[in-house]
Amino acid sequence: MFTFVLRRLLIAIPTLLVISFVIFFILDSAPNDPTGNLPLTIPPEVRQKIRDSLGLDQPMYVRYVKWLRQFLIYEPLNLLEENTGIKIGDSEGRLRIVSYATRSPVMELIAERMPQTLWVVGVAYLLGIIISIPIGVISAYRQYSIFDQVGTFVSLIGFSLPTFFTGLLMIIIFGVKLRWFPSVYDTTLVVKDWKTFVLQVKQMIMPVTVLTFFNASRLTRFLRSSMLDNLNMDYVRTARAKGQKEQVVVWGHVLRNSLIPVVTLIALGIPGIFGGAIITEQIFRVNGLGQLLIIAIQGADIPLVQTLTFIFAVLIVFFNIIADVAYGFLDPRIRYS
Amino acid sequence: MKIRLTVVLLLLAIFTLGLAQRGSAGHVNILYWQAASTLNPYLSGGTKDIEAASLVVEPLARCDQDGNILPWLVDEVPTIENGGVAADLTSITWKLSDGLVWSDGSPVTSADVVFTGEYCMDENSGCNSLQQFDGVASIEAVDDSTIKITFDAPKPFPYGPFVGATTPILQKAQFADCIGANAQNCTDANFAPIGTGPFVVTDFRANDVVTYKANDNYRVADQPAFATATFKGGGDAASAARAVLETGEADYAWNLQVEPEILAGMVAAGKGTVVTAFGANVERLMVNFTNDDPSLGDYRSLQFANGAPNPHPFLADINVRKALSMAIDREILTEIGYGKAGKPSCNVLAAPAAYASTANDGCLVQDIEGANKLLDDAGWLPGPGGTREKNGVPLKILYQTSTNSVRQGTQALVKEWWKEIGVDTELRNIDAAVFFGGDPASPDTYGKFYADIEMYTNGFNGTDPEVYMAGWTCDEASDVTNDWLGSNIPRYCDPAYDALAAKLSSTAAFADRVAIVKEMNDMLMKNYVMIPLIHRGSVSAHSNTLTGVQMNAWDSELWNIAGWNRK
Repeated sequence: MFTFVLRRLLIAIPTLLVISFVIFFILDSAPNDPTGNLPLTIPPEVRQKIRDSLGLDQPMYVRYVKWLRQFLIYEPLNLLEENTGIKIGDSEGRLRIVSYATRSPVMELIAERMPQTLWVVGVAYLLGIIISIPIGVISAYRQYSIFDQVGTFVSLIGFSLPTFFTGLLMIIIFGVKLRWFPSVYDTTLVVKDWKTFVLQVKQMIMPVTVLTFFNASRLTRFLRSSMLDNLNMDYVRTARAKGQKEQVVVWGHVLRNSLIPVVTLIALGIPGIFGGAIITEQIFRVNGLGQLLIIAIQGADIPLVQTLTFIFAVLIVFFNIIADVAYGFLDPRIRYS
Repeated sequence: MKIRLTVVLLLLAIFTLGLAQRGSAGHVNILYWQAASTLNPYLSGGTKDIEAASLVVEPLARCDQDGNILPWLVDEVPTIENGGVAADLTSITWKLSDGLVWSDGSPVTSADVVFTGEYCMDENSGCNSLQQFDGVASIEAVDDSTIKITFDAPKPFPYGPFVGATTPILQKAQFADCIGANAQNCTDANFAPIGTGPFVVTDFRANDVVTYKANDNYRVADQPAFATATFKGGGDAASAARAVLETGEADYAWNLQVEPEILAGMVAAGKGTVVTAFGANVERLMVNFTNDDPSLGDYRSLQFANGAPNPHPFLADINVRKALSMAIDREILTEIGYGKAGKPSCNVLAAPAAYASTANDGCLVQDIEGANKLLDDAGWLPGPGGTREKNGVPLKILYQTSTNSVRQGTQALVKEWWKEIGVDTELRNIDAAVFFGGDPASPDTYGKFYADIEMYTNGFNGTDPEVYMAGWTCDEASDVTNDWLGSNIPRYCDPAYDALAAKLSSTAAFADRVAIVKEMNDMLMKNYVMIPLIHRGSVSAHSNTLTGVQMNAWDSELWNIAGWNRK
């Protein structure tokens, strides 16, 4: 098990290096310009000076190696220093990865966005899992019952309606007509007492509902079909023939086996939480990581896009390994040696 | 003048409130759907940053809603009459008002102004307002409150540096270590500049939200009326409009580029008011005077190919250009795409009002019949498919613009009208970041103009059109020698026009300048170098409970926020 994980981690290193280069190469080849959003009244010579001041006059490989050094050495060192207070080497002179648009360290921008994204997208993901498991199990166990029909119908709606539609619908119903919830998310709200907690819950309800609806619908469909596959297996008949209780058969045997593909799905979806929910964040002005990424892409803020996408790549590779390890726990037949 | 303004604002405040007091009106919520990325206007990526910063940092003089220059941190605007501008037009001397202090309590001195100039003019700062310091030879402090700006040549319009929201005064003490290449690393200063304005920054989250509180040291005792303010960003224009006009969650929303009928529906809810201001922006069609045939390879869209002139095969004929303009119904384009945010325009220079010509107003009426006749007479006759042609050259146009639903709507309408005069149009849209980006390697930039017609909006900063009008001189032609970054996109070249531009740059009297500018505009219009479509205004909305909002297209929209109040 340990050697398996170690091997996978070692293989991940060259993979990630290649990914980082590919991202950098694609971003560099893309025809975009960090001064593209400046008013047209600003003359081209000034734009060229701005581009030079951002270091864009250097050749691509120089900028890539610089970025790699900043990301792999300088930023971790900074993180270490900030958390432990130990000074290592020339900490003042170390160049951090700086965003073109804000001229501030990219890592600070990301850290600033993390709370609202984890709260909104993370809670929605958890709720989605919690809701989908019982619905998926009951839907499959009582296939074609009223519960299954309604569940299938609702989850198909949730699956097929895009979040920009459900989000807008919620704003119009609950924000504009009923005035129950705010349509503008306040990222500066600090929860310090009961009143601010209520405010926080209120502003989270709409975006979280939209995302939960979407997540739960997807997972329910997968779990239901996976359960249906397993319910007709021989081992289920055997379990029943042994005289085991129906609850044990369903929740202990069938669910456990059915979860294997679903766990992969859940694990691989976790990096997506950190990616934020671009559209939902935009609609409700949650201004989390998704919104940060999309603004960076629009503004050709290459260091920010590069760093964010690379962090997502790291997370995806990491959670792939986690998913593989999780198989081992769920399915005794799978053993890594 | 400064005193008069203060008195007027004071009276207004007393009138509306009974008694006014700093911070008595609570909190104001401002919503910009593009979030602020930095609060240093010199390093900003666009209007949103400059306006977010305008609550904090201020210039020596501002422009009011009519484009008049108002003294702001000075008692009077220097002119030749009051001796502030040298008779030979080579220098301007500003004198700071007495008793000005920064929000941290320290005095504002001429050293701060001199420093700000050095900051922007430094080679490595990457300052985006550099153009306003064009021609500045030196900025020196005569005494603690007097600043003399010397130009390297006579400057008939010397109000470039330190006038308007794009060149406010920075505090020397705060930014002293942030000059040149270090400008990029001064995050703390860039995110919370110390200013003289009505508000100070309490928290800044890049690309998200800015929170402010009233500046205790603000020079007007009872202003600002609001104790705190937030400047929230993100989302889209329609939802920003909704937050002000329907839910009342925000008090002010900026740049509401929303379909006119949707906006009208929101206004019906009765919570807010839509306000517009018209600056210099004109949506226009650029006409390519050079041949953009792909078979020319590297000589595409250049004035000369292999040493020989390289004129456009059919747009070089003025009759074709004129017919294209005549076929367009500008009223309909405005009504469908812009509503209150646009007015049909026949001039590429539509504002300030004093400079606007009336000589070209005939274009306001669509004349398809006349356009057809014009083309018939010029020998462009309908070919087999209905497309007109002459000597084997068909009138086939590639018409490009940036990706934007209103622009694509305009394209579709124009294509139909041109079809009616026998012109076959192919439409193309390019992502704005690419189209307006300056990448010389990309074939799709507006500067390269590898098309026959392209459409976008342009205007100018401040209220003086000299630099803007000089953009269509021969030297400015966008081509490979200037990395396709010249401002003469049509590559129009007429020595008579160049002569007028030269004359303008040495004329100081306002009336004479107006006459020359009008002549230049008319020359461009009569030659159909560009086909103006719509004079575009900016549209914002404010809550009905807010008083004192005065939209301004010549400065920051939030220029007079100190005088805003709650009903």
